[in-house]
Formats: sequence, C-alpha cells, structure tokens
Amino acid sequence: MSTPTTSLKPSAWRYVPLVLVALIFVFPLEFMIMSSLKPSEQLLADSNSFRAFLPVGDISLNNYVAAFARAPVALFLFNSVFITATTVALALFFCSVAAFSFVFLQWRGRDTIMTVLLTTLVIPIEIIAVPLLLLVNQLPWVGLHGFSTGWLNSYQVQIIPFSADALTVYLFVQYFKDLPKELIEAARIEGASWWQIYYKVIMPLAGPVTATAAILKFLAMYNQFLWPLMVTQAEEYRPVMVGLQYFFQLNIAWGEVMAYLTLITVPVLIFYLLLQRAFIASIASTGIKG
Amino acid sequence: MQSGKKNQNSEATGWLMAFPATAIIGLFIIVPFLLGFYFAFTNQRFISPNPTEYVGTSNFHQLLDLGVLTLEPERDTATQEIKKDAAGALTYPTVRSLTRNNPDMPYFNGMREWFSWHSGDNIKVVVARDVVFMKAIVNTFIFVLVVAPLQGGIALLLALMINQKLPGINFFRTIYFMPVVVSIVVVSLLWRFIYSGDNGLLNALLGFFTFGAFKPVDWLGNPATALPSIIAMSIWQAVGFHMVIWLSGLQTIPVSLYEASDIEGATSWQKFRFVTWPGLRNTAILVLVVITMQAFTLFSQVAVMTQGGPVDSTQTIVFQAVQRGYAKQDIATGSAISVILFALVITISLIQRYLTRESNT
Amino acid sequence: MKKLIFGGMMMASLMASTVAYAATDLTMWYHGAGNDVEKKIVMGLIEDFNKSQADFAVKLEQFPQAAYNDSVTAAAVAGKLPDILDVDGPVMPSWAWAGYMAPLTVDPAAYAKFLPGPIGKYNGKVYSVGLWDAAVALVGRKSVLEANGIRIPTVDKPWTGEEFDAALLKIQASGKFEYPFDLGMAWKGEWYPYAFSPFLQSFGGDIVNRDGYKTADGTLNGAEAVKFGKWWQSLFTRKLVPGTSQSPADRDTGLASGKYALSWNGNWAALGMVDKFKDDVVFMPAPDFGKGPKIGAASWQFGVSAASKHQDGANKFIQFALQDKYLTQFSDGIGLIPPTPESAAASNNYKAGGPMEVFFGLSKAQATLRPVYPGYPVAAKVFEKALSDLANGSEVQATLDAAADEITKDIEKNKNYTK
Repeated sequence: MSTPTTSLKPSAWRYVPLVLVALIFVFPLEFMIMSSLKPSEQLLADSNSFRAFLPVGDISLNNYVAAFARAPVALFLFNSVFITATTVALALFFCSVAAFSFVFLQWRGRDTIMTVLLTTLVIPIEIIAVPLLLLVNQLPWVGLHGFSTGWLNSYQVQIIPFSADALTVYLFVQYFKDLPKELIEAARIEGASWWQIYYKVIMPLAGPVTATAAILKFLAMYNQFLWPLMVTQAEEYRPVMVGLQYFFQLNIAWGEVMAYLTLITVPVLIFYLLLQRAFIASIASTGIKG
Repeated sequence: MQSGKKNQNSEATGWLMAFPATAIIGLFIIVPFLLGFYFAFTNQRFISPNPTEYVGTSNFHQLLDLGVLTLEPERDTATQEIKKDAAGALTYPTVRSLTRNNPDMPYFNGMREWFSWHSGDNIKVVVARDVVFMKAIVNTFIFVLVVAPLQGGIALLLALMINQKLPGINFFRTIYFMPVVVSIVVVSLLWRFIYSGDNGLLNALLGFFTFGAFKPVDWLGNPATALPSIIAMSIWQAVGFHMVIWLSGLQTIPVSLYEASDIEGATSWQKFRFVTWPGLRNTAILVLVVITMQAFTLFSQVAVMTQGGPVDSTQTIVFQAVQRGYAKQDIATGSAISVILFALVITISLIQRYLTRESNT
Repeated sequence: MKKLIFGGMMMASLMASTVAYAATDLTMWYHGAGNDVEKKIVMGLIEDFNKSQADFAVKLEQFPQAAYNDSVTAAAVAGKLPDILDVDGPVMPSWAWAGYMAPLTVDPAAYAKFLPGPIGKYNGKVYSVGLWDAAVALVGRKSVLEANGIRIPTVDKPWTGEEFDAALLKIQASGKFEYPFDLGMAWKGEWYPYAFSPFLQSFGGDIVNRDGYKTADGTLNGAEAVKFGKWWQSLFTRKLVPGTSQSPADRDTGLASGKYALSWNGNWAALGMVDKFKDDVVFMPAPDFGKGPKIGAASWQFGVSAASKHQDGANKFIQFALQDKYLTQFSDGIGLIPPTPESAAASNNYKAGGPMEVFFGLSKAQATLRPVYPGYPVAAKVFEKALSDLANGSEVQATLDAAADEITKDIEKNKNYTK
C-alpha cells in the first residue's frame, strides 16, 4: 500500500483536486446527517442552499426520538445485524471450503459442478424471488415449537437461502488458484488431512479474500429489501430496509426519514471507518488476483 | 498404493467439502431458476384459481416479436393520386389501422410502433409486440455501455490521484470509498432530493457556481436527463470500489519501470501510456467484467427514483421482470424476462471471455 | 441495552398470552404500522372485543401501508393469510376470485345504514366492510378564489369542465403561485386510479368496460377517453399542475406554503388544512366534465380469510367493529368519513356544522366505485403508467390504445376472470 513518505514536499495545490473530489463524495451523506437534526419544514426549506450542509437553525435530536417512537428501530437493527452476520459467517465457511475443494482436490464431476455453480453468478435475487417464495413455503423446519412446514416469518428464511452464493465461491476460487501448490504438497507429505490443510495452511493465507468476500456479502445482505418484504409478515422478523416503509406515511415526516436513514447507515459507516485499512487492503490484494 | 488411497480419500472429501455450498446454491438458486424457466412456458399467475397451462413459447413471442411495416402515403381511391392534407403534407394510415383486426397481416396483430423513419415517400415503421420491454432492453444496454467504460475510467483517474505519495492521502482514499458502504436504497432516496426539479440541491449548486446562468433542470422528470441522472448516481455510489481494485493494480507495477522512464525523459502521459496501462491489463478485465455484471441487474435505483419513467426512459430488464412478475401478477412473463436476461448475460460474458482469452492465463 | 429491550418485549408477550388464556386466538392484519394514532384506535377496538366475550382473542399484526399489498399477496400465495384481514376495497375482488376470502356472514343489518362506498360486494356477495370511507375534494382558499373573481362551486352546482379550466387560467395569470393546481402526482401507486379515474368517468370513459368486464377497448381509448387524455395532458403542457417528478414534500406542504392555489386531496389531509387556514379553507366538489361530477369511493375494509378455521369468530369481530362508536373514533382520530349518519353526527369533523361535513355529502353524492373485477390490480398499474406517460407528453391516442390493449389482453389471459 502507499505509505506516504515525508521526504516529498507536497505543494498545497496538489490537494485541491483531492479535496474537490472528496466534497462530491461526502455531500449527500453530510446532507442526510444535517437534515436528520432539523424539523421537516426547515429541512425542506434548507434543501436548496448551502444551509443544507450546516447544522443551523432549530437543531435537535427530536427526529431520532420520534423515529424510535414510530417504529421498533432497535428491533429492526438487531434483526438486520443478526441476519447479516449469521449469513456472512455461514457463507464464508461454505464457500471457502467449496472453493478449496474445487481448486485443490480431484474428484469426479468437479469441473461440471463448479461451472454450473459459477454460472448462477448472473442470477439476481429479484428474478427468482417468486419461485423461491413458492419453494421455501414447502420446506420443513424443526424449531422450538416442533416440526412445521413453510419458512415464512422466520430468521432462517432470510439466512439459509443466501448462506452460499456464486460470487463468494468465485472470489475464493480466484484467490486459491494463485496460491503456490507446493504448500499443499508439503502438507500432504507430512500426512495432514484435507481438512487440516484447509484450516491450518490455506485459510490463514486467505485473510484478504475473506475480508473482501465478507464486505461484499455484508452489503448485499444488509441492503436486501424485496425478499424480506415478501417473507416477513410478522414485525418481529423485519429488517431495517422493510422498516423504512414505516416512515412513508401520508404527510411524510422527512426529518424522521433522515434520522432513520442515518440510524441505519451510520453503524455501517463506523464499522467501515474502523476497519477501512483492512477493508481496502483486502480488496486491493484480491484485485491483483483477478 | 499410497497414492490410490489418497485419491479415494480426496474423492470423498472433495464431495463433502463442496456439498454444502452446492446444495444451497442448487436448492435456493438453481431450482427456483429452473422453476422460473418452467413458468416461462406456462400461463402461471401470481394469484389465480385457474389451473396452470403449458403455452409453449408464446410468452417469448409476446416479449420479443418485431416486424417492419411500410406505410405508403394514402391515395385517393378513385384517382390513385397521393392525397395531401391542407398543409400540403402527405397523409399516412395509422399503424393501428394495420395492426388491428387485419386478416392480411396476422403476424402484426396487436403490435405497436417502436420507432420509424422516412424512406422516400414511404415511412418504415419498426413495430414490436412489447414496446416497453424493447425500451427496457435498450436502456439496459445503454446503461451497461455507458457505465462500464465511464465508471472504469473515472475509477482509474481516482486511483491515479490516490496513488500519489502525499501525507494524508489515506484520508481521501477512505472518503472516496465511503459511498460504497451505503445502501443503494438510502443513496437513491437522498439523490431524489438532490435531483429535485424546482428546489433541488443540484440545481441550487449549479446555479451558484455559474452565478445564476444555469437554468434549473428537472433531472428525473425529463426523459432526456432521467437515465443519465441515474447513471451519474450509480457511478458516484460504486466508483470507489473499482478505484481500489485499480489501485491494487497500480501498486503491482514495479517502481523501477517508472524510474527507468524518468531517466529517458518520458512525459507523464508517455509514462501512463507505455508503463502504467500495459501493467493494468488484467485489472482492466476484472473491473470491466464486474461492472458489466452489476450493470445488467440495474433495479433498485429505478424502483426508488423513477419507476421506469418518465415515458419509459428508465425502464430496465430487471425492473420489468419485477413489475410484470410481481406488481402485475404475471409470473409467466416475469419468468420469461428472467430467462432472456440470463441468456443475454451468459452470451455477453462468453464474448468477454473470448475477447480477453490470451491474457487470462 | 439490547438485552433490556428484548427482556421487555418477552415480558409484554407473556402478559399478552396470559390475557388470551382459554380463548381461541384470531390473527388480524392491519396496514397501520408506523401510524401511532391509528394503531391506538385499532388496539382499543381489539381490546374491547376481547373483553366483550370469552371465546375469541384477536391478535394484531401490523404492516406499513406502503408494503402491505405486496407483503400480503406473497402470504396469500404461500397460503399463510390470517383470520381477519384488512384489504383495500378495489383489490378485494381479486382476492375473492382467487379464493383467499370468504363471504361475510355478518348480519346485514349491521351495515344497512352505511354509505355504499365502504361495502365490498363482488358477484352479489359482501366480502368486506369498511369502518370508514374516504373522499377527495378540491381544496382551496376562499380568499384566493374571491380575489380572482372565481365562483365557489357547491355540491349542487359544481364547476363545469370549462369553468374549472378558466379558473385555473385565471389563477395562473395572477402570477402569485408556482402552479395554480396540484393533482398530487408525487403519490405514485393507487392514488392515480383512485383520484384520477373519476375524471375519466366524468368525461364518459372508464378504465374498463364494466358491462361484463371483457374489454377496455372503446372505454379507455374511445372518443371520450381521448378527450379526457387531451385535457389531462394539457394540464401539464400549460404548466397548470406540477408533473410526475413533483417531490413528495411539495405534495404534502405545497398548498399550505402557498406554492399551489388548489389541491386535489383526500379528506385524510383535510384536518391539516383546517388547522392552517381556519375558515378560509374550502372543500369543493369535483368538476363536472359532462357525465356528472365523480370522485373515487371505497377505502380499507375488513374481510375474512377463506383459510381461517374460525370464520365465525372473525365475522363476530367484524360485526363488533361496525358499531357507531368505533366509526366515530376512527373518524376523529384520522379524519376519515364516518359511514353512517349517526356516527357522522357524533364525530368532531363531520357533524352538522363541522369543518369537514361537506365530505359526507360529497361521498354520498359523487362517490363512484373503481371497476369491481379481479383484474383491477393489473388495470390500476396500467392506468397509472398511461397517465404518467400522458403527463410526460406521450401521444394521447397511442398511449390509451396501448393501455386498453394491455388491460384487455390481461382479461383474455385470465379467461375473463370467471372461474
């Protein structure tokens, strides 16, 4: 990565384009956060001037209080985080282990299966949502209340169908392909089993791709809308994006909408800012392997 | 012996390791897709008491049938002279008069005008059975063809800016990447404010920086600017991701190559053209493929911001699939659109793979 | 923090289940999530019912309105409907046709005095009843109309189409408003057919030919419909109304903030206007474009799921809910029109001399149901798109032809929606 060296003497003008571009990337988010602090009428009045970016006028956290009163925001956030985290963890395991098998092991049907799986890369959830709904409605489940049929209104219906996907497999396959084969050979000669090689030799080297896959999966899951809308008829299982609909009443309280948008965005932003070095480093090193 | 046992072992373990992902993708993506593939050849409805029937390829005909009609100027029935209206212009029969209840042209029955041009005194009209879907295909291709090079190019430009050795450069890199982690639904809602026609932020800013010379534009309400507005926002949201991929490519180019070209007195452009660009070939392919795939599935922005309008200027394939299959409860047509999308994307990725085959070692 | 919240929730649900002890649970779905006032009234009604008898205990599941139909349709397909469900009036025939809803067995006397709008009839049977109706009016200010020398129309003597047009031009010429009139183009979805198809009907056209519901050809693209389409398009080309890209915020606040002089809006938004303009506000009937002034009828209604194992209990609940006092409560809480003369007389806003009394008259005099056939959800989408396209300048005849074709084709594909 580019570690800035102090030996260079930067002139201030080199920062001008950098700052201008930074403003372009920041202004909508700045607008969102500032608006969340203003009453709706002021927010709308401010939205066509530089006041939109400034914490001026009647500033308060009232919108946040109102948002929590309107909808169970904490529940929605919990659901989203729980669903997303579980799915990411499962997907990382299932897909990395499958990719490991595709790249390092020899078995009959391997290439066919891998090709078919990777072809599904081009199928977005929107176009299979309806048949998927009909399918999950027929599936059995054993839970706390015993045996039941149909997965609607549950966490599993939002988790299991997404706990493996072609993109994640693809990322791991691409990464594993470039690892030196000698590592495997050496471990085999020492008598290590395939599972041992997977978690003792390969996965410790797969940090970057794991992080990349985790980020992409996290974003895809956290932002899901159509599917949870179709399968959560009970409030207790709704995630944040469905919760957003609670705010689109007649006479929309835009201040509250902005507060809610901020509430569902800021956790992700903070998570990103804390981990951004690892995030970007990981994507970058996966990129090379492409 | 030893190696035979090992192979047997790897046969079983290989299956076992691939099983969970294969089963999940198989059950939750491939099976529904095949189910959809089957629906595409039936009259399946979302809600209906009627039994599902096999209808062959009629859903695909409904979506894809095209034809060309030639409209000849109307002639006086008695004299066979070409009629002119009061202003001296030629008059033509309407397309609908030819495509409706016309036993001479059964194929054209129910088709509508997509676009037309003059050819001598005649007008050639391309008619389609589903004009909206045709527009959706065209818009999707425009989106892909504009976004792929533009987003890739801007991302490269940003990567070059970020690749400078300056104190605090990481801060900028962080900022540029930030929109990537914000939900596209959130982004679309925010930009609806920004693009607003009468009191939007963008118009206000443009007006300010041009000292009022800029005339406000109704960005999402004008058929000419709606799709470009969505393109710009999509690039804004995703460009940081590809910037980082480029950046990684840039950093694999050995510094010694730049030093050598410095000694030879190369200009910045020459350095980019002869050192940087050749070193980025593999990265370029990755960026192009990823952007193309994502661009084909354009949906959320349209659903939040324009609903396909104004006048179909932002219809897209996936939006139409959802609109038909879900909102209009016609699962059969929605599924047929999915099949068409799948075929399109597979074809294009095969072409891309073929074109870039040498470098994909 | 999180543990605390969840602990609290568990407690609440435990308490709820002890109350429900020994009674049969009935689930009910309602579209009011995110609307606190509405939620309180519904909860109060449910509590009263549960206390009034020991056999059944109704439990509420709330949905945000914007996602209600999508979510419920998905559940219907999956066969997971509740016992009692809330359905938007014009969507009911679709669900009844598909076999998701059972005809009500509520004593007809319970709704004998109701306005016609809230009663959901399909194929001669009542499937749903609403606790209120909604109505749309031209909302404006007396002072503005008087200043421009415009006659204020009444239910007995509404504006003619020409009068209405002239009024808009006069206001536009005054130069005091960004737009003289606001149709509410920002409200996508059901608002379009609900609010605008009555204009079409007043011109003499319709979304679909109601004689047998076999075609839209001739009604949606006939001479009257084209006349409507040209007038509709001219509203936009003459800059008399904001277009489809109107921001939702302007829709909500434009009249109050003086951007618009007149607004085509529902009684649910009327309370805000009364607060803002007091005596100056005036609610006027729809203009008469030839076939009489018309507004949409039917709002949300309650029905019983065909899959419910306790249809008797569900009907009992609905009958209970139809009491005048609840009708009045809903009206007072969210500004809706009470469906009986008694509940209207008892309400704050619709009693004689109340600020919104006029809506009761409007609903009685002008309300017209949207097409009552199972293809309505499809036709509504087609109609919405056609009106958006016209507003953005598509050729009138071609656009209406295409819309009529699509609706007709849908009817054919569904075998005339007969079973």
